Order: sequence, then structure tokens, then C-alpha cells
Amino acid sequence: MSSHLVFNVTAIRQDSPNLKTYVFEHNLRAKSGQFVMVWMPGVDEVPMSIGWQTDTEFHIGIANAGDCTNAISEQIKVGDRLGIRGPFGTSFDYADYDHIIGVGGGYGTPPMLNLAQRATELGKEVTMIQGARSKDYLLYEDLFAKLGVEIKLATDDGSEGHKGYCTDILAEELKNLDKSKKTCIYTCGPEGMMVKVAQMAEEAGIDCQVSLERYMKCGFGICGQCCMDDTGIRICKDGPVITGKYALEHTEFGKYSRGQSGIVVK
Amino acid sequence: MNLSVNFCGINFPNPTVVASGYLGVTGASLANCIKHGSGGVTGKTLFMDERPGHPNPTILTFPGGIINAVGLSGEGIKNAKHEFDKYRELAPENPVIGSVAGKNIDELVEVARIMEEYPVDMLELNFSCPNVDDEMGRPIACDPQMTANATRAVRKVVKKPISVKVSPNVPNIGLIAQQAEAEGADAITAVNTMGPGMLIDIKMRRPTLSNKVGGVSGQALKPIAIRCVYDIYKAVKIPIIATGGIINGRDAIEMLMAGGSLLGIGSAIVAHDLKCFDMITDKIREFMQEEGFSDISELVGLAHKS
Repeated sequence: MSSHLVFNVTAIRQDSPNLKTYVFEHNLRAKSGQFVMVWMPGVDEVPMSIGWQTDTEFHIGIANAGDCTNAISEQIKVGDRLGIRGPFGTSFDYADYDHIIGVGGGYGTPPMLNLAQRATELGKEVTMIQGARSKDYLLYEDLFAKLGVEIKLATDDGSEGHKGYCTDILAEELKNLDKSKKTCIYTCGPEGMMVKVAQMAEEAGIDCQVSLERYMKCGFGICGQCCMDDTGIRICKDGPVITGKYALEHTEFGKYSRGQSGIVVK
Repeated sequence: MNLSVNFCGINFPNPTVVASGYLGVTGASLANCIKHGSGGVTGKTLFMDERPGHPNPTILTFPGGIINAVGLSGEGIKNAKHEFDKYRELAPENPVIGSVAGKNIDELVEVARIMEEYPVDMLELNFSCPNVDDEMGRPIACDPQMTANATRAVRKVVKKPISVKVSPNVPNIGLIAQQAEAEGADAITAVNTMGPGMLIDIKMRRPTLSNKVGGVSGQALKPIAIRCVYDIYKAVKIPIIATGGIINGRDAIEMLMAGGSLLGIGSAIVAHDLKCFDMITDKIREFMQEEGFSDISELVGLAHKS
């Protein structure tokens, strides 16, 4: 359950100015939306979602967001080793839907890529909406293209795609939905965005699944570090994927989380 | 058939209590354990100040057990009242034990004094975590005199029941428990983790825990924990919260027979997730039925009678 698999990094892609994707040759067999704990020895171990995944390799997209991710970015080169624990947690439920709409903001994009892979394999209609601050921060256009997935882009500065938020694009999508198809909206990214997406789905009466992130220690549901108010569910075990409807029942969703000590951070 | 336990005057609807350090960061998380069948809960140990704890990896399993060096992370007692309030709101019927520690006895007393004002039923004094050292670097619980001094100091300011959590890493655990009892402890929580232990990642060629060493629990600890509870039961009259490697109902019954009145549950969550509470109480009920017992108290210390 929790000893590390240690892999040599076989390739590194610089996918945006602050995000590198690390490629490992291993059949991880993760379900779409699950995460792994990535161990940078001597520094820390952090939860990361799984991006592109085939029978022979998997990708982890790591944005510079703190001491551990910065250390990985600065120190890990091709051939160096990282430890992986997992995969852990719940996964996206997509089998029963005809139309998959993904809304990925920033580094919430890797699990959307993974979902797009699995959904296209099953021949489902896939619409991916991706938002970023500018053109340079948009992720995995080549890989989405490889899947033949329709991708709609939004940037804050309008340097590519729609100038504005990905929720603006989602609003348009929802207006033009084919009601005969069973549709689900999936989202991963900044929590404020996910709140908006979950609310829009609720209002439109469409199913929604969100992938959440909290500070984690054990990764398998015993330490209590990643629990959400008021249900007390564990994001590492009962999440990271929960329905948008259930997420909205949580008083802390979009409002606060807890840090390494357990103290509330708003 | 009665599975409820009156422990130091507090009613636990069943003998399972979430052990300190498990799912105890937030009040809502502890209340979620109640929803899944736990009789009571213990919060994560709090010091006066916020503590980040060690970097990850902090908690790992291995075949036969768990090793952890979380490093007593916590919000700090002054920041944590809202968690107990939330627990009370969500689980008004089930007891909660507040676990406290300090960098020294003065801090411990101050933290205990604040905890007593919070909506907790009982206090647990964590003397046995390796981070709660005397000047020699040993946990308080490894020294009978230190245990006596610390218990006495807390007893002076705390009216609610107190349980002293002891370490298995001592030559005579009964003596430590006697010291706590003599200074006014109402109960003993036995035991904390053993060790410290270490795991090495052979491909990284280094210890896996960031802290290198950590406390060992789970099945590896169970026979030692049972012996400790057995020894303490012989040594003192105050009741015991027995904890250490219980993963199923059978282990739980062993612990009751060794002398535990309540069962601190942690390893079972690793093994069976939150359904473990119901699994354990169901198994105890089934055993009592089969063996002709009507009250769970009949099982407590039964192994001493033969």
C-alpha cells in the first residue's frame, strides 16, 4: 500500500514556463483522476495527479508551487530517480456518459488529459475546455490533438482563444447541449473555478465531478490531514474525485483549506 | 447484551475509540468516525503553538505494521477550539478525549488547562511520544519520576478525568502506570508506538521517512501492546484504554481480556477502513453471544483469572 516505487525519469517536457512534465516508463494502471505521492528524497513528498498514461508510461505534470516542486524542477534531470506511492483515491466515473466535458484550469489539466484518453478509447464525445493566464501556459495541445479531442481555450490576456475564463466557454457549451446525450462535466483546477463549474452544472441540471486537492500526509486515509468540513471526508481516500453536488455541500469548498500543521488557511 | 462502557464516569456507547493521531486533525473528521460506528474519539495531540511537523514521507506501512514520524504537527491549542466545537455540533452524544503535550512540564500544564475549558470529556496526556523529551532526550513516559511529576502538575489544574498515555519502550511499564495512578491519573492509555524503527528504500539508498526514524505500530506492535496492557492491569486499579495493533474483533477481544476497558483504534482503520468500528463491535457482540457473556465488562481482564 505504501512503499515507494522508484523510477528513473525517462524524459522531461517543459510544458509551460512553470510546469514540467516528468515521464516514467511503467504501467501504473491508475484510474483516471487518481493521484500519486511523489517523493523527492531529502525534501518532501507531495500529491500529484496523473496525466498522460499508457500501458508503458505515465506522465506527472509538476508546476512550481512550493519547496518540493521547486526542488524537483531545479534538481531532477533525465535519468534521476523519484519515488512514487499510489495510485490512491477515487477516480472519474465516465462509463455511463455519452458526452464528456472537461474543464481544466492551469495545472488541473493533467487529469483532464488522462480522462480524455480513457473517454476517447471508449468512443465518447469529448469536449475539453482549458484555461490559463496566457498562451505560454496552455498545456498538452499536442497530446489532446493526438487524441483528436476538440479543445476550447481561454486565456486571461486573450493571447490565445477566448479572452476570459473557461467558465465563459462552459456557459456557451451548456446553451448548445444536445439534450439527447447523457453529459457530465469534469473539472480540476483552482478551487474557485471548480465552485463556479459545479454551480453552473447544478443550475443546468447536468452531472458534474470535481477533482479536489488538499495538503496530504499518508495518502491512504488514516492521518486525517486532508479532511474537508463539514462531512469530514478524506480527500486522499473518499476523494480526490467527488460529485460537484457533494462538493457544494461542503462549507469549506472554495473557501478555505488546512496547511501542514492542520491550521485553517483562507 | 451490553457493549457500552462507563469509563471514568463517561458513557461510551461501545468500546471503540479513535486513537490519537488517527483522523484527528479536524473535528468533522472525528465526527465522521462516529458516523461510521466509533464509540468515542481522541483528538490529535496539541501543544501550545502551531507545529508543522516533519516533511513527508511521514507515514508508511510495511508488511505487518505501520511506521510514522509525523512529528506531532498540530494547529496549537489556542487555534483548535473550533475543531472541538465542530465535533460537538456534529457528534453531540459521543465522548471526545483531548490529547495534550508540551515541550516541558510548564507548557504541558498550560495546554491542559486550556484543553479543560474546551468541550472535551477527558484529557489524555501524551508523555510517550518521542518528541516530548526530558533534558536527556527521553520521553517523560520512560522515567517513573518524570511521569509522576508531570501527572501531579496537570492534576493540580485539571478537574476532568485524565488518562496518561504510556510508552512500551520501558523495562517496567507497570511501575510507570503506578506512578501516574499515585499522582491522580484516572486512567492509563497503553500503549504509544514502539521503537523507534527505520525503513530504508533500497533504490534511493536512504531511510524512507524524512525523519529517518519513527514509531512502529500495527500488527508488529500488537503482542507487545497486549503484554503491556496485561502488566498494567496487574499493577493498577484505574481503567485502561488499550491500543496498539488492533486490526480486528479478535485482537480487540484479546485486548479486553488483557485488561483494556476501552479500545484505541488505529491500525484497524489501515486494514479495513472506517467500517472497522462496526466490524469490531459486531465481532465482540458475536463472541459474547457464543461464549455466554452479557456485559462487556465481564471480558475485561479475563485472561488474568485463569
